Amino acid sequence: MKCEVCKSAEATIHLTQVVDGSIQKVHLCESCAAESGVDVNSPMSITDILLGLGGEPADLPPPVKSGERSCPRCHLRRVDFKKSGRLGCPECYEAFAEELAPVIRAMHRNEQHRGKVPEREQERMQNTLQAAELKNQLEAAVSREDYEEAAQIRDKLAALRATAVNEQEPSP
Amino acid sequence: MNTGQYIERSSAWMPSGPESGVAISSRVRLARNMADAAFPGWAGEEDRIRVWEQLRDLLPACPSIKNYQAAGMDELSGLDKQILFERHLISRELAERSRGSGVVIRDDEVVAVMINEEDHIRLQCIRPGLDIAAAWKEADALDSEIEGSVDFSFSPQLGYLTACPSNVGTGMRASVMLHVPGLVLTKEINAVVKGMAKIGLAVRGLWGEGSEAAGNMFQVSNQMTLGESEEDIVDQLEQIVQEIIEHERNARWRVLEADEHRIHDLAGRAYGILAHAHILTSKEALDLLSDLRLGVDMGIVDLRNECVINELLILSQPGHLQKQEGRKLKATERDIRRAELIRERIKASKNDLDGKEHE
Ligand SMILES: [Zn+2]
Ligand SMILES: [Zn+2]
Repeated sequence: MKCEVCKSAEATIHLTQVVDGSIQKVHLCESCAAESGVDVNSPMSITDILLGLGGEPADLPPPVKSGERSCPRCHLRRVDFKKSGRLGCPECYEAFAEELAPVIRAMHRNEQHRGKVPEREQERMQNTLQAAELKNQLEAAVSREDYEEAAQIRDKLAALRATAVNEQEPSP
Repeated sequence: MNTGQYIERSSAWMPSGPESGVAISSRVRLARNMADAAFPGWAGEEDRIRVWEQLRDLLPACPSIKNYQAAGMDELSGLDKQILFERHLISRELAERSRGSGVVIRDDEVVAVMINEEDHIRLQCIRPGLDIAAAWKEADALDSEIEGSVDFSFSPQLGYLTACPSNVGTGMRASVMLHVPGLVLTKEINAVVKGMAKIGLAVRGLWGEGSEAAGNMFQVSNQMTLGESEEDIVDQLEQIVQEIIEHERNARWRVLEADEHRIHDLAGRAYGILAHAHILTSKEALDLLSDLRLGVDMGIVDLRNECVINELLILSQPGHLQKQEGRKLKATERDIRRAELIRERIKASKNDLDGKEHE
């Protein structure tokens, strides 16, 4: 099994977490673990590695291209995040979505929120979940070459997106 | 803010609660951020002050808050901050901050809201014993009240957005403070700590790290916050803590069975020293209070007021000793004052009981 950070060396360190009642693992090679200062005996290790206290994860785009990129709203740069492990504003999550996705997935072994939703976000949440469900159905329909069904699902998705846009611009 | 009002009485978590022989307290902390401001660590001072003032004025209007005290970190002396930290009402990180950061504390100390720590809002709720569900229920209610007046930053995919990606999703950290002298005596604690890490829970010593933790007290908490509902996180943690408690109770009885005199001696010596010593360092006091707590829970030592040990754990800390004395104390002076305080309280608890028995 290959290390999840460098994707080249053999993974010899296996950290385990419980997610949704089932056990999942993070696999690292010894040098990536050591480089990120992982003390295998320390319970905090997973968060520490993934917070960028360790080596550059291979998933990130090359720094030459993205090193100067910054959040359009708060101007936090990628290097600022690497240094502090903290984001600058809520919009940073969109600005650095590509870099954050693997970090968040590895930290939480999950990528979809299932907890409390603020009252005024209920509708947006439902639309998002519905859209995700429709996308799954669409993929399934395409893979079994049921193009009639696929077209119908595509229409539903488009309708859903249209409502979402209308909500963002409240009618007078 | 008058922190003197706190030191004269018990915190909300000090009386006994479910399983309080082993579980000292349960806490739920929620991280929330305003949609319209940068996170505190990146925001400018002006923005931080605006957020602090907005929340300071808004929180008291929430039905869950009612009677409270509020203070900016720039308005508190170093000693007052230390008192709040020692009572688990603010974090060290908040204490190190100044203008534009602050805290709102409900008078019963069950609810405390830190403002502009790592996130705009860090709302905590503490209950005695093992009762994470009750702490969550109360935190949830206050969170919903605040949500009625402000827009929180929220993403349908990532949930509540926080300054650190390790808190996204529910933004919830649930924890239980455990007193596990049995697991330490049987040297099983390291295996338990490792086992917890394997299932995604963090364990840390309350006073010190690893098996060297003074007072045999450890805090167990969830690490992952995205992908499971708050109720599921609470249920899982509660189940696992229940297992640790069973494990601890077994360890205690095994030690007692193997060598009855050892536990009686431990508890008896702790009582003797605490009731008569004139100099006590904080480490010695913590270890002896732990032995005494074990003795009381196992029915070896009778104390009229069970929560006196929990009280002394807090009151014998440096900040509290200096506040009671009304002046700064050198370490050697503190050790004398600490011994005096513990002597008085322990004897008062015991004497009353002896008195009743003679009636
Ligand atoms: Zn590697
Ligand atoms: Zn930003």
